[in-house]
Amino acid sequence: MRIPCPLCGSRDRREFYYYGSEDYLNRPTDQGTIEELDNHLFLRHNPAGITRDLWYHETGCTSWLIVTRNTITHEVLGSELVADRKKGA
Amino acid sequence: MRYSGLKVITEGLFGNKGWGRAWRDPAPKAEYDAIIIGGGGHGLATAYYLAKNHGLTNIAVLEKGYLGGGNIGRNTTIVRANYYMPGNSEFYSHSLKLWEGLEAELNYNVMHSQRGQLILAHSDGQRDTLARRGNAMINQGDDAELWTREQVRDFAPYLDFEQTRFPIYGGLMHKRGGTARHDAVAWGYARGADRRGVDLIQNCEVTGIDIENGVVTGVQTTRGPIRAKKVGMVVAGRSSQVAAMAGMRLPIESHVLQAFVTEGLKPIIDSVISFGMGHFYISQSDKGGLVFGGDIDFYASYAARGNLPMVEHVMEAGMTLMPMIGRAKVLRSWGGIMDMTPDGSPIIDKTHIEGLFVDAGWNYGGFKAAPASGWCMAHLMATGQSHEVAKRFRLDRFRTGHVLDEEGTGSQHNLH
Ligand SMILES: Cc1cc2nc3c(=O)[nH]c(=O)nc-3n(C[C@H](O)[C@H](O)[C@H](O)COP(=O)(O)OP(=O)(O)OC[C@H]3O[C@@H](n4cnc5c(N)ncnc54)[C@H](O)[C@@H]3O)c2cc1C
Ligand SMILES: [Zn+2]
Repeated sequence: MRIPCPLCGSRDRREFYYYGSEDYLNRPTDQGTIEELDNHLFLRHNPAGITRDLWYHETGCTSWLIVTRNTITHEVLGSELVADRKKGA
Repeated sequence: MRYSGLKVITEGLFGNKGWGRAWRDPAPKAEYDAIIIGGGGHGLATAYYLAKNHGLTNIAVLEKGYLGGGNIGRNTTIVRANYYMPGNSEFYSHSLKLWEGLEAELNYNVMHSQRGQLILAHSDGQRDTLARRGNAMINQGDDAELWTREQVRDFAPYLDFEQTRFPIYGGLMHKRGGTARHDAVAWGYARGADRRGVDLIQNCEVTGIDIENGVVTGVQTTRGPIRAKKVGMVVAGRSSQVAAMAGMRLPIESHVLQAFVTEGLKPIIDSVISFGMGHFYISQSDKGGLVFGGDIDFYASYAARGNLPMVEHVMEAGMTLMPMIGRAKVLRSWGGIMDMTPDGSPIIDKTHIEGLFVDAGWNYGGFKAAPASGWCMAHLMATGQSHEVAKRFRLDRFRTGHVLDEEGTGSQHNLH
């Protein structure tokens, strides 16, 4: 499996550390509810098909990426920088 | 038909023409008292104990493929009761006791072989941890022996004792641990449940769960709707999809775990050996193949096949532990879909929908658990109460903070 990094190009999967679903980005504020925390840390849609999850380009540029993939075929469809998402928000 | 030695001999003499089907192939009825979704080890065991322990026989197991085609037929068959944490310890202890009586119980040869499981220690700290685990096992009433390096060397002289990276300091031997024939466990429970009147319905995928005013009323399937007041979701790696049919989000992420088997060799490894430092474990099947595996591939997947980096890692770990393994040829490799929870422990609980129950989150350790999981899920579905040995396997334990993190690796689904 190869993962496209927006900064480094297409790289071997071994350069990346997998963290988990994009849900980890939806961090509740300190006023948040326990349900929000549950959704952030534990509960998952866990789709069979297209998913968006977080990968860390550990032995490359050390950026955090959101990778769009297919969990049934292992096809990698694209990636974006988590930092860009924050800029947009 | 009751199987016996005499029957095997007479059938052998008369061309094996007298064997009947092991179970019926019924068409689904319009309504059952209870439905189990998923015909894996846990679903079949649940149906068996619902019938046997609770007298509920008007029930059906709905399987989308064929019985035993999921993880129950894909695992590396290790059976052990060496868990440390209260909550897990009593559950796996109960399961091992059920294993010890399973063949007589089912009149079926599941080839349960208590050949022992040895976990290796590679540092003083690891040996201390194993001593602590061993004490917990003994306190639970199970067996454990802390072995010195010399004892390990006597038992398994083929391990690399000269290596400097992970020197072997000793190990923890669990003599009642071992292996079993995975398919046979599914078939034995299937036959036992069928004989007690349970309908085992194959090629029947559940596509929807019917709920009215917060109460379950039945399921939609590829073979039509079926009504039931009690429905158990027992679908392992597919738990998130089935729970989504009831509008639920589970604390589960599905990952692929691979395993490997070599060509058949003469007997060489007569127990299960676990090499925690390299994420590698190995045993030898009765056919002679070396059966081994390692960690999950680490990213969410439903492919039931893995990627090359983990293949390479497992082979490297095997070579580090026992260099002689390099002479064997790998015959096959495969993968299964693992229902990983954020603490590595399972769930056997009610849901917020009345009559809907869930048995899931078996990570990569659900084979050994199948008897106790069936036993406790049946108890829950029949009585509405959690069984004593499964009462900590709550669905909401992450929200309430009552996690059972056996390995102490934190809340990431892929780290257990
Ligand atoms: C490579 C590998 C090695 C392993 N090694 C070990 C080991 O050494 N020791 C150990 O204890 N455990 C081990 N495990 C884990 C163990 O195999 C699983 O935890 C356990 O088998 C899961 O429970 P099950 O048997 O009920 O699952 P499954 O056999 O997967 O049963 C679930 C069933 O549900 C069906 N299903 C899914 N969706 C639907 C639907 N919508 N409608 C109807 N049916 C549906 C599936 O077709 C499947 O048959 C291993 C697993 C793998 C993959
Ligand atoms: Zn990069």
